[in-house]
Amino acid sequence: MKLTDISGNVNEWFDGSGPLADIVISSRIRLARNIAGHKFLSRCSAAEKSEILKKLRDMLMSLELGEKIFYLSVDKTSLLGRHFLVERHLISRHHAFGKGPRGAVIARREFFTAMINEEDHLRIQVLKGGCQLSQCYEQINHIDDMIEQKVDYAFSPRYGYLTACPTNLGTGIRVSVMLHLPALKMTGQIEKFLNATRDMGLAVRGLFGEGSEAAGDFYQISNQATLGVSESDIISLFENAIIPEIVEYENAARNQLLSKEPEVLDDKIARAMALLRNAHLISSQEALFLLSHLRMGINMREHMGASTPAIEKLSELSDASRGTDKSETLSIRTINRLFMLTQPAHLQLNCGKQLGPERRDALRAEIIRSALNG
Amino acid sequence: MYCQNCQKKEATIHLTEITDGLRTETHLCEHCAQEEGIAVKSQLSINELLSSLLASQPSDDEVFGDSKQNISCPHCGSTLEQFTKDAVLGCPYDYEVFGKSLLPLIKKAHNGKKTHCGKVPSKASTGTKEQIELMKLRQELKAAVQNEDYELAAELRDKINQREK
Repeated sequence: MKLTDISGNVNEWFDGSGPLADIVISSRIRLARNIAGHKFLSRCSAAEKSEILKKLRDMLMSLELGEKIFYLSVDKTSLLGRHFLVERHLISRHHAFGKGPRGAVIARREFFTAMINEEDHLRIQVLKGGCQLSQCYEQINHIDDMIEQKVDYAFSPRYGYLTACPTNLGTGIRVSVMLHLPALKMTGQIEKFLNATRDMGLAVRGLFGEGSEAAGDFYQISNQATLGVSESDIISLFENAIIPEIVEYENAARNQLLSKEPEVLDDKIARAMALLRNAHLISSQEALFLLSHLRMGINMREHMGASTPAIEKLSELSDASRGTDKSETLSIRTINRLFMLTQPAHLQLNCGKQLGPERRDALRAEIIRSALNG
Repeated sequence: MYCQNCQKKEATIHLTEITDGLRTETHLCEHCAQEEGIAVKSQLSINELLSSLLASQPSDDEVFGDSKQNISCPHCGSTLEQFTKDAVLGCPYDYEVFGKSLLPLIKKAHNGKKTHCGKVPSKASTGTKEQIELMKLRQELKAAVQNEDYELAAELRDKINQREK
């Protein structure tokens, strides 16, 4: 399989489906594992790394996942290809730009990825759209059971699964949810929310873009402690306490905007619409922020029945594009698609050549204009 | 607004200085601000955390009066010093070799917890599985007592007694 086979489409976990998907974009569970009898990677020679890579690759490719899987030799993938895999959340930045023999096994529909020789010998992840942590765990646990039949994991009764960094020790589990919180940002409550989540011992990061800033109001929340707490307890904390609370706050903020500051809300949406439909140069950072406002507007209409002048305009926009007999309409799916496909490596891979920043900004603006102008 | 230094990234650090009544404004991105030594880092890096934690405890030197601090793992050759630099260990045995020194860090990273109570590989010996199950039950018992849920506590105590027979 080639990367261009998937680069033209949005990943299944980002297609706007799944429970609570208007706020919870996706759920992800990752497990860190190491093979008994081998050193951790920092102490492995290139030969030992290659040996681990081959062993794990052969084992993973023989798994019955009920889905086509393919293998990528990450150290032999082009720089652009590696950027693409990071943009798509298939591999980590650390894995993409690391050193030495390393690889990734990816399921065709991208719900499952295994990274071989990242920080640990093996890191497996399952991703699903919306709030589906229990389903993610069920699936990854099953895959982990299958792997365990074929290799011996480094495990101690006291410390559980042994990982290269003690911060992943125990269950080796990282539970993450990706959230879209534009109203908390607009109402100035986001810092309060970020501090509260950090106080709970959770890590908060941006979902898109490089630094720590959450571009486009997308946040990723993950557990930090992995030892002394069971997988099911961590998941239940997210599903029964953390996620419902955040969703409630974001919804309250959206209602507050509607009832108290409809002009502020409409201004954001209308400006975003005007810029996105007319700009000829647009940076990825700007696109993320503007698309975020459109996404919020559409979701407020669909989930809360909101009807302000700007939101009405948005729905006309959507009707207009439906009328043109195009299969794509201005749905959340289309907006999500724009988020994904206008990232730098996606743009370049899809047009088949390397582009400088200015050319990318022009192409990005063109793609967005044509999607929003019907 | 772009960073006035690199002109590439968004300026997120805005500094206003007033010296002798003269006001100067500086707008930098986080990266450049750090280079200039202006920005306060938002989070401690793992390496800094490790160094400070390992340094804050009495070294084995002080405790035992020998140079245990310099021991290296017989399996992989790693030393504690190496660990504070890399933030990763050399092999699974390091957890035993450096157990005492790592413990405060492990507890700090995991909310004070120091024993596993999650999934156990099916290949693990039955002894290991039972041991972990027992530890988990004891933790639940402790929580039940703390929450004054005595019904649950009695149930858990029975389960523990049964297993210990």
